[in-house]
Amino acid sequence: MKDLRISSTRTKYAIPALGALAVLSALLSLCLGAVPLGPGEVFSALAGRESGAAAQIVLYARLPRTCGCLLAGAALAAAGTIIQGVLGNPLAAPNVIGVNAGAGLCTALCAALWPARTAALPFAAFLGALGGVGLVLAIGTRTGASRMTLVLAGVAVSGMFSAGIDAVLTFFPDALNGYTDFRVGGVANLAMGRVAPAFWVALTALFLALSLAGEMDVLLLGEETARSLGLPARRLRLVLLALAAALAGSAVSFAGLLGFVGLIAPHMVRRLVGEDSSARLLWASALGGAALLTVCDILARTLFAPYELPVGVVLSLLGGPFFLWLLLRQRRGRRRGHA
Amino acid sequence: MLEARNLSAGYPGRAVLAGVSLAAQPGRVLALLGPNGCGKSTLLRTMAGLLPPLGGEVLLDGRRDYSPRQAAQRVAYLPQSRTAPNITVRRLVLHGRFPYLSYPRRYGREDYEAVDRALAAADALDLADRPLPELSGGQRQKAYLAMALAQETEAILMDEPTTFLDIRHQLEVLALVRRLAEEGRGVVLALHDLCLALTAADDVAVLGEGRLLALGGPEAVYQSKVLERVMGVRLDRSEGPGGRRYFCQLPEEG
Repeated sequence: MKDLRISSTRTKYAIPALGALAVLSALLSLCLGAVPLGPGEVFSALAGRESGAAAQIVLYARLPRTCGCLLAGAALAAAGTIIQGVLGNPLAAPNVIGVNAGAGLCTALCAALWPARTAALPFAAFLGALGGVGLVLAIGTRTGASRMTLVLAGVAVSGMFSAGIDAVLTFFPDALNGYTDFRVGGVANLAMGRVAPAFWVALTALFLALSLAGEMDVLLLGEETARSLGLPARRLRLVLLALAAALAGSAVSFAGLLGFVGLIAPHMVRRLVGEDSSARLLWASALGGAALLTVCDILARTLFAPYELPVGVVLSLLGGPFFLWLLLRQRRGRRRGHA
Repeated sequence: MLEARNLSAGYPGRAVLAGVSLAAQPGRVLALLGPNGCGKSTLLRTMAGLLPPLGGEVLLDGRRDYSPRQAAQRVAYLPQSRTAPNITVRRLVLHGRFPYLSYPRRYGREDYEAVDRALAAADALDLADRPLPELSGGQRQKAYLAMALAQETEAILMDEPTTFLDIRHQLEVLALVRRLAEEGRGVVLALHDLCLALTAADDVAVLGEGRLLALGGPEAVYQSKVLERVMGVRLDRSEGPGGRRYFCQLPEEG
């Protein structure tokens, strides 16, 4: 209704455009690779009309991989949007504040102790992510919760969890055999069976988060104002962080410790759709994150063909400098008096 | 309306105020005065339901069993420190309607009309489509005032609404406060500027020494000399063409 006045043309078309981008990148991801395929071949393979080598490649290698990219990208980006908003900290992201590492540790543990229970992995990852965010939050509130403190606490917590992952892998070298590149994050050799349970966890969490988007808008006004408007701010903050943990955990459970999508994607889409509406921001970052990770994965497997990089490496190459740029901008902002 | 009855306010293990009884009265402006740290903000926050009372009670129409949401439909609170999220003024003001939303959180025609009324009342219509971080302090204050107005409450609590504003904006805020009272709302505001408060308020509550020291009209409180004692200043008064004015100066030695 009148609300549309607020959104300019740019924000109105941004979400469909991001959706189109995600679809396009997914198609490209199905076509490109060691054996390039035409869109026609891909479609007939998807429709089940073929059974040749091309169909095998599409159905058992590229489709799970593409779905994994879309899902992990969307989940991590949505988690990043929630975390940055709820903590009021533009430097925060699932990989920065220890959520990913926590999820990774529990995934590794679960895979080591109950190798047959693939479907339990996203739930284990969720618990680990919850542990990570809880720990960082506790440290943050103890020490006054400045933006930098939170990031530093995240570094320390991530370090501990990473050591835990290494320890698990030392005792159970085969625990993460199904994963190529768990430590940097990768989606090569994914099987649909591992993506599916994570998909349901992420989908549920995303829709719950979207249903709380109106509350999230009010929460972003600051705790005082939010509570004076009748919002149970503290409870809502915990619920939203738990949903972010579920989202990030589901991605980690099949793709490993993918960094930086959760940091980059929210910042990128914020410029496109503004920050007026958390619902719009969540949609945009989920679609944008899906597209971003898929594009990165396409790059990872075509740039140095026949060699493949894990997608996490490409992401870190992009994300590291981006994070530094954010840090520098923060510093400047603080000097001007409104960090 | 909103009433504090024998209220003790503060933080667990550290009471700031005890035994305070005062109320927002329809059509009247009540100013809370007192030295820094006397508990003006603490009292407002407790009355707004942001801090649990340490003793006594905060009543809405004589009742204490109301939910935060119900309270938000009756009482608006304007905190002193405000964030400037990157949203437009109109969007901010729209959030003032949040207490009236039921699930599924969609704002309707009434809400948008209330937003337009509030923007007009706060003289912020020309700011409506500007992003909050771009605004000056005075403009941001207007935006937040408009949000509180969009709540359409009978009582409005404001914590230092004139701080950091230049004199023109201070007077504009106080003029708006007057208009709100004339509409029949009860306004309670914490102010640090004695002279401004004594001219602008209908009633004055003086807080100090951990309690409510005086409550009454500005002239009565001026006569009682309580303010001079607790603030450590000499207060004078003059009658002029613009009405009664108050002046502060340092007390003479001896």
